[in-house]
Amino acid sequence: MIELNPFVIFFAAIFTNNMIFSYFLGMCSFIGVSNEIPTSLGLGQAVTFVLTFTTILNYLIYHNILVPLGLEYLRFIVFIISIAAFVQLLEMVVERYFPNLYYALGIFLPLITVNCAILGVSLFMVIRDYTFLQSLGFGVGSGIGWTLAIVAMAGARQRIKRTKLPKGLEGPGITLIITGLMALAFIGFSGIVQIQ
Amino acid sequence: MAGDSPKKIFKAGIWEDNPIFKQVIGICSALAVTNLMLNSLIMGLGLIFVTAFSELTVSLIRSFTPKHIRMMVQVLIISVYVIIVDIFLKAYYPEMSKALGPYVGLIITNCIIMGRCEGYAQNNPPLKSFLDGIASGLGYTIILLIISFIRELLGFGTIFGYQVLGSWWTNWTIMVMPPAAFFILGVIVWWARSVSGEDEKEGGAIS
Repeated sequence: MIELNPFVIFFAAIFTNNMIFSYFLGMCSFIGVSNEIPTSLGLGQAVTFVLTFTTILNYLIYHNILVPLGLEYLRFIVFIISIAAFVQLLEMVVERYFPNLYYALGIFLPLITVNCAILGVSLFMVIRDYTFLQSLGFGVGSGIGWTLAIVAMAGARQRIKRTKLPKGLEGPGITLIITGLMALAFIGFSGIVQIQ
Repeated sequence: MAGDSPKKIFKAGIWEDNPIFKQVIGICSALAVTNLMLNSLIMGLGLIFVTAFSELTVSLIRSFTPKHIRMMVQVLIISVYVIIVDIFLKAYYPEMSKALGPYVGLIITNCIIMGRCEGYAQNNPPLKSFLDGIASGLGYTIILLIISFIRELLGFGTIFGYQVLGSWWTNWTIMVMPPAAFFILGVIVWWARSVSGEDEKEGGAIS
């Protein structure tokens, strides 16, 4: 793996290697929740926050506990537990100290545990052998990229709600096709930076 | 859900309640592996295995599991089977394991498995749950294969790696890139909903 500047990874994760448009991660909540801009923005922020911290957490766990003990094959279980535990903890802290934020985020917090993007970023980090700073850049960038995608989609869907569509195409069908168009647009960025 | 004979279970899993185009869940890992048919097939088989055995296990221990920690228990059960699949692929098909990359691990967060465990295996006997797992997994695999068939044929001119279209064929690069997967799945969902939507009532609540 060639050494990449963490900032390069950060920007690549937002634009050229966007979680949704090039890796198809986090699609479930992307299609389910992208109805309105405010809720999408709230979910996006929550995802970015969780993504940043779980990436750090999983990096530390993987390199300080699993690798020395030779237990790399347990990473799926350990990652999913640490993500679930972190989300649970976050939920309690937010509820106790920031009740307003807690009501704003509502049911989104627990849903984040099963967001594929969170686990996906941790797994990519392991597969690509990122260093600590690279992982941090990748985690934050992926979160922001995901937020960008879901907010853009919510904007497009708010417009399309008033349009007459063929019956079978309403809801998920049109969302997928718009996503395809957006992904095409994002391919235009691919000249800037490329990570693999 | 009342469907009980094996035939009914399979019919529901593959068509009536097909996880991808009826409930539009579990597509996170569905799309990423559809660039080649072989990848989709392996992914599908892995998913059938994990779904079937997770449902079997969840169903076997369903009367001993305390209600409030059942989600966590289900996630752990699913993770165990995913680890088995991962180690198996690494040992016998290292190239395939590389090609699928993180998507094998992402089977854990695939909503289909959780959904079936929670919705079916939690209240049904082990054997039926096992069959239900196979049926749901099969429904998923079929969609993956349809998408990857279109993408591989138009994108590379091959099927399962064999050259089908002659040298006159110009590969459609777009089919290899991510957007094509969205378009094809969008059209499939559209088709499936218009075909089956006629006898359904308005407002089927799909998230």
